[in-house]
Amino acid sequence: MPDGSVVVAGGQGFYGDTPTAVDALLEEGIDYLCLEALAELTLAILQKDRQRDEARGYTRDLPAYLARALPYVVDGRTKVITNAGGINPTAAAHAAIESARQLGLPGITVATVVGDDVLGRLDRLREHEGQSFAHLDTGAAFETFPGPPLFASAYLGARPIAEALAQGADIVITGRVADASLFLAPIAHEHGWAWDDWDRLAAGIVVGHLLECSGQSIGGNYSGDWWALPHPWDLPYPIATVDDDGTAVISKPARAGGRVSTDTLRHQLLYEVHDPARYLAPDVVADFTSVAFEDMPGDRVRISRVRGTAATDTYKLLLSAHAGWSGETRVAFSWPDAYEKAKATAAIFVKRVEMAGLPVDEWCVEYWGVNALGGPTVPPLADGSCEPPECVLRVAWRCTDQRTAGLVGRELVPLTLSAPPAGLTGAGRGPASATELLSIWPTLIDKAVVDSEVRVVLETVS
Amino acid sequence: MKLALRELCGYRAGDKGDIANVAIFADDDETYSLIAREVTSERVKEHFGSMVQGRVDRYEVPNVRALNFVLYGALGGGGPRSLRSDSLGKTLGGALVRLEIDVPASLAGRRRARPDLEWADAILDLIVPNTRAERRP
Repeated sequence: MPDGSVVVAGGQGFYGDTPTAVDALLEEGIDYLCLEALAELTLAILQKDRQRDEARGYTRDLPAYLARALPYVVDGRTKVITNAGGINPTAAAHAAIESARQLGLPGITVATVVGDDVLGRLDRLREHEGQSFAHLDTGAAFETFPGPPLFASAYLGARPIAEALAQGADIVITGRVADASLFLAPIAHEHGWAWDDWDRLAAGIVVGHLLECSGQSIGGNYSGDWWALPHPWDLPYPIATVDDDGTAVISKPARAGGRVSTDTLRHQLLYEVHDPARYLAPDVVADFTSVAFEDMPGDRVRISRVRGTAATDTYKLLLSAHAGWSGETRVAFSWPDAYEKAKATAAIFVKRVEMAGLPVDEWCVEYWGVNALGGPTVPPLADGSCEPPECVLRVAWRCTDQRTAGLVGRELVPLTLSAPPAGLTGAGRGPASATELLSIWPTLIDKAVVDSEVRVVLETVS
Repeated sequence: MKLALRELCGYRAGDKGDIANVAIFADDDETYSLIAREVTSERVKEHFGSMVQGRVDRYEVPNVRALNFVLYGALGGGGPRSLRSDSLGKTLGGALVRLEIDVPASLAGRRRARPDLEWADAILDLIVPNTRAERRP
């Protein structure tokens, strides 16, 4: 921090992102590398992992990221903060320590933040702590929760991470910490911001929100002139340089790819946002309508004037339950009458499944190339004048049990020679085995009953 | 005069559980005023039809000339539960800008640029020779 500012970077936007992207960030010189690994879907994936092996439940690409970052960490040039712990942060910390040992890099202190996982005390929290766990979006009572909960993760804020940094952590591994709070933590820690300095905390959350989805703020998923972005095959990831007053400059490594502009950033500002004037972070309620953007030369944008108000008394809590098994299949059809052939095949398939006595709880029939993505927003096919040149039928189904979900797909196979013409022409036939579905149940939980169990555990690599 | 939002706005969509949000972005104040007037939550709800089971809320975001629409019951139960191809609603932005609105004469000629893929052709020509003409409509 040469001039009193803190430099943070968004090195990962999801579980499965590319670890090679952090090289350019590390070379650029950053104080903190923040790795955001968890979406709602990710927790569900990690739950399936943990069901198979109790030692799993974290994002398994963590060692690949650390292998690149640890040489910088051991030199004291950067620190790493990540929620890669998923639903098993302790196991993730073991993996991190093992990575450091294998690389022969002792002396690194790894902190683990635990306490976001309330699965083991859900009943007690309901019966004795007054937590209703009503569905956040629908208001449905917890009595209607569909089956035994598989995970229950509260979205913690920045404070336990800041505490870990204050205790000397070089790497902080958490479970379900809110995405943007991963970035606020080092900023607030370095500048010594008070936890009721709402405007500054909101500024840190805006920075975090802009960086948490890696490439998506500098040209990824960009609806503007996306084709004109330089080197789209090599998008560098975003960096923020944040001053003590909360003013920040968003930039990218000095190499060819990507673009940082008010337009690329405003796309990300509203990504996965409901009320922009009240963005509910665990640490503060940020007003995204207050943010001022200013384009600067050289792929830099200054953001300022962010306002915030007091945080709420609750954390978001995400619960999940088993929701059956799905299968899917795809078949391509050619002109003429491609759409009609696809439709007829879907009907024949459904009829055959019915004749086979296989119970299906839900069907999803889509016509790729016609309206699979646009649904009713696509104008209907009026006549042959707008006939699609080809059409891929995709059928997905949900069954109560795994075996039935697998058997359903087999009812399509005889149609190879016994269906409308030129079917099964190799568009891929979908996953071979059934996939477990999980329903998710967002709700709220009082901060007090969570915070009392949050712990920071430090271990130094020997 | 009718014009699709595609010619007037950028877009991005995201998911939270079974709720999708779609933001559309205007490039100037005149366009922002127009979409703020024309693109109501009722019109968006009607546009999506059976794709959105619940209500549509709208938020104005004047500092970035954007409207943010929150679509309830829009993702077939939410990502880990949904049978849809687009279980995370990523393509709902494109679906929204298909909506046509009434525009004044001053904006009737507005067109957003179309993709120029010279660089992509240069790459693909190396692996699939002589198809450049075929790929261009």
